[in-house]
Amino acid sequence: MRRIVSIEVEKRLAPPRWLQILAPVLSLLLALSAIGIIFLLVGVDPFFAYSEIFQGAFGSVYGLSETVVKSIPLMLCGVGLTLAFRARFWNIGAEGQLLIGATCATALALAYPEWPKAVLLSAMFLVGFVGGALWGLIPAILKARWRVDETITSLMMVYIASNLVKYLVYGPWKGPEERGFPYTSKFSPSAQLPRLAWTRIHYPTLLLALALAVVVYVLIRYTKWGYQIRVTGENPAAARYAGMSYLKTVILVMILSGGLAGVAGVGEVAGIHYRLRYPEGISPGYGFTAIIVAWLARLNPLGAVVTSLLLGGLLVGGDAIQVSLGLPSATVYVFNGAILLFVLAGDLIARYRIRLKSMELKEVS
Amino acid sequence: MREFLLTVFSLSTLQGAVRAGTPLLLGTLGEVYAERSGVLNLGVEGMMIMGSVTAFGVAYTTGNIWLAILLAALAGGLLALIHAFTSITLRVNQVVSGLAITMLGLGVSGILGKRYIGQPPGVRLGAINIPVLSDLPIIGPLFFRYDPMVYISILLVVVLWFVLYRTRWGLSLRSVGESPATADALGVNVVRVRYLAVFFGGMMAGVGGAYLSVVYAPAWIEGMTAGAGWIVIALTIFAMWDPVRALLGAYLFGGVRVLQYRLQDLGVSPPLLNMLPFIFTILVLWMSAGEAMRKHIGAPAALMQPYVREERG
Repeated sequence: MRRIVSIEVEKRLAPPRWLQILAPVLSLLLALSAIGIIFLLVGVDPFFAYSEIFQGAFGSVYGLSETVVKSIPLMLCGVGLTLAFRARFWNIGAEGQLLIGATCATALALAYPEWPKAVLLSAMFLVGFVGGALWGLIPAILKARWRVDETITSLMMVYIASNLVKYLVYGPWKGPEERGFPYTSKFSPSAQLPRLAWTRIHYPTLLLALALAVVVYVLIRYTKWGYQIRVTGENPAAARYAGMSYLKTVILVMILSGGLAGVAGVGEVAGIHYRLRYPEGISPGYGFTAIIVAWLARLNPLGAVVTSLLLGGLLVGGDAIQVSLGLPSATVYVFNGAILLFVLAGDLIARYRIRLKSMELKEVS
Repeated sequence: MREFLLTVFSLSTLQGAVRAGTPLLLGTLGEVYAERSGVLNLGVEGMMIMGSVTAFGVAYTTGNIWLAILLAALAGGLLALIHAFTSITLRVNQVVSGLAITMLGLGVSGILGKRYIGQPPGVRLGAINIPVLSDLPIIGPLFFRYDPMVYISILLVVVLWFVLYRTRWGLSLRSVGESPATADALGVNVVRVRYLAVFFGGMMAGVGGAYLSVVYAPAWIEGMTAGAGWIVIALTIFAMWDPVRALLGAYLFGGVRVLQYRLQDLGVSPPLLNMLPFIFTILVLWMSAGEAMRKHIGAPAALMQPYVREERG
């Protein structure tokens, strides 16, 4: 007699509410345990590492302020992604949209340094939004018009954007006084965002991000258009029957999703660096980390505000253990990857039930 | 213009293109198989770099280059099994799962590899020397003076092409990627085929990564794959899911990587040159979007679609 065991996944009819809340928390804990094992393998005490990360990110006023600084671009990109992912449009190119937003704002800041501060900064945010939106529209139109898969195209657009920024800062935009560094010249004071006291928190961007999170939340929750997005994502066939245009929905979604990422890019150049730099200097992968932000928030824009603080904290805490435990800067990727994997699986466990099925087979002689 | 052409078609550029293209080719061959089975694996970058760090570590400790490459394959394969489990068994979003795997690979390789930074390689795989052939003018350096992995990868192109188009296994693989329900009805084990294809893809990515750290560089540098995995994703589409076209594409893209340094003196900006593979990929995707075209070039129809067997009453 042989016994066959197979793993079967079946859909739950109604996921219990407690499970919907418990699943992400449990996933997070499991992810931390898995990472702990990796730490143990290389001889690092995981509890010490975790407490160092927590201390680094949230344990001091300075750490806390840096956590907020890093959460700003994550929040903007993440909120935009909740919208795209709800329409089941897999925009994984927020990183590129961010870089183009930064590039467009820089073009304006370098061309009109003498404009009054309020005018110039508002215009920079506007062109950053438009730039990011246009960059996001390319995969959107390719998908809606010719059914070209958006995941690959939006990803490829990241590397095109990143090379474009490199071309500009090593080439035509290189600041003459920067002595060979791949930077543009420093922005004039009119193009620099104000910061909160002694911190690096460029609060206009932060307030904009919070406001946009609320706007997107209201949009999804209470407007007809938000309803269309949800239907398009959950049941494209039903959306078509109801006369909703896929083209229109996807284009509007990507204008917002790409535009928000573009605004994040403006915040980085106008609030942190005061110049355009090589792409890794502008963003250590905020656009990719924002995917985790959106997913952890279960595609809720207000939830993304909270999760962006969490992942911003992880970036700051990751820097802290780099110094105190001698771990490489890549360590933070382990956290990102493991958390994303476990949250993905946890999501599924909330919606589905996994059963080990075993059957006994009688040998037929 | 003459100078430009002389640089592009110089012997050393062509040789460099083959060497720089080999890790891309290895990764692409694996990804072609994975995607042919219907699973998109965006974890290639992470699997490649795990291969790099494993190979370097094993070569450094044991001095055995082949053991290093073998274990690198295993490291890539193990990471691929996670992706297979999440995307085939759990049926979560393949894109997000692949990205998570890439992050995991970049992070874990960084932690494991810290002790090898700046270390000399334990052993390196050098160019072979075939009597007579290697010494021929032009022909010798162009064809007969590479390291063994270059020849192994070319051999793999032939074998994988043959398996894909001329054997039952290949037929099963293609049918699973084209129409899993039909394949299932014909008695093909969809889940098993997909698992094997994704595992194989991860192994090849691991070997591609190993090539970078024990043959090409040879050294361990954090993040040394530097986006090679993303070029593999692009190349798989550029090659339209075909092993032979993967060879041509890999050497072409490898050539672009080599030329970025050489053409700089002639006023060609490296970043603009580096954009080309990604622009080409979007164009290929766009041109192949039509249904007739898609069938013609062999794009797997069920790519990214998890398979759920309908309950049969």
